[in-house]
Amino acid sequence: MNGLVYLKNVVTLELDQEKCNGCRMCTIVCPHAVFEIQNKRAVIVNRDLCMECGACEKNCSEKAISVRSGVGCAAGIINGILRGTEPTCDCSGSGSSCC
Amino acid sequence: MHTRFLTGTSIASVPQISTVWSINDVLETIKVRWSVGRMNYKVETGLYAVGNPTEISPVFVTANFKLTFDHVRRALYGMDAWLLILDTKGINVWCAAGKGTFGTKELSRQIKLVNLDQVVNHRKVIVPQLGAVGVSAHEVKANTGFTVVYGPVRADDIKAFMNAGMKATKEMREVHFSFWDRLKLIPVELAYGKLYLVLVPAVFLIICGLNRKGYSVDLAYQDGLRSVLILLIAYVTGCGITPALLPWIPFRRFALKGLLTGWIAAILLMLFHFLGQGILENISWFLIIGSLSSFLAMNFTGTSTFTSLSGVQKEMKTAVPGQIGMAGLGVILFIVSKFISL
Repeated sequence: MNGLVYLKNVVTLELDQEKCNGCRMCTIVCPHAVFEIQNKRAVIVNRDLCMECGACEKNCSEKAISVRSGVGCAAGIINGILRGTEPTCDCSGSGSSCC
Repeated sequence: MHTRFLTGTSIASVPQISTVWSINDVLETIKVRWSVGRMNYKVETGLYAVGNPTEISPVFVTANFKLTFDHVRRALYGMDAWLLILDTKGINVWCAAGKGTFGTKELSRQIKLVNLDQVVNHRKVIVPQLGAVGVSAHEVKANTGFTVVYGPVRADDIKAFMNAGMKATKEMREVHFSFWDRLKLIPVELAYGKLYLVLVPAVFLIICGLNRKGYSVDLAYQDGLRSVLILLIAYVTGCGITPALLPWIPFRRFALKGLLTGWIAAILLMLFHFLGQGILENISWFLIIGSLSSFLAMNFTGTSTFTSLSGVQKEMKTAVPGQIGMAGLGVILFIVSKFISL
């Protein structure tokens, strides 16, 4: 990822290794190779590359991973503040702007 | 609804689709890349046949955004396969998965709706990896009996993935954001301003007529056109040049990247004697160009493929007040500069 790294030490990603069954699913779904399997358990090896998309949490059958997922999108965050909702892009429905 | 890609019907009267793009598909793609009709570019959901699939053929799942659909069917050239299209309201896989429309519920629903268990005798569906944001593989298995196999991130890698026995390399699993990837997205960024692209220059044009003696239409025209051009340059710097050069611009925060490129643009304009007339107007331009370029660059976080919600929130906490302050002060100084020559 030549130069495409975002802010350090901000992400909410947590892994409870005790619960991990070594199924590798997190290493498969993560688009930024944040996880690796070492000694049959998942470990976080590239924490600052995490973009909090939530794919790992969603596909962890043992609920060993937690992350506050959402859109890493300034327009989406402004959208959320204006509407009093969670950060959201205006992708579906009648909206004309999109992520 | 677009149906021109249909080439016939396969077994069980499933519509058969072409894996080759027509001229029309190419033209539509260019249009959508420029944001024209982008929010209503959909295909009918359900099951499609690629080539002449049988009960042992693989099943690929994708979104009903036609741009997505086109890339997937083109990648399936020469294959016999099934293509299951989910209702994502015309949104691409990754964004739709983030919203949950490309998700466990819709995938389970479509598998049942098309009676997939009767169409194929295996129990596997190949879901694009980025769909994992909305799809929970173990829940789909529990709901339908089908195992979700996560395919590569990019449709172009499907063939290699299948040839390797449904195995993706590390490379296929990672999202990149190359210069070319970013260039393709810039037209949509440029179209972002919409009405503001007319309104803001118009306001500046009007302000430019102000002077100590009252109002001069000649002055509005003379100085105004220059102002409009400067604004346009600031705009393109923020949402065109900054995204294109993203990894090579210092700073991690997008707002700072935009501020820097904005100021570089301002310095260049000043060197060519194209910025303000006098110190006051020049300062006002630095504030205006900087805030505009910074704000637009910050907005590119949503288009980029590596920014986190926590990170963007942290960045915005300082960036947004800064941008508002700079823009406000900039406009005030700009107006003042019309009356005081420094």
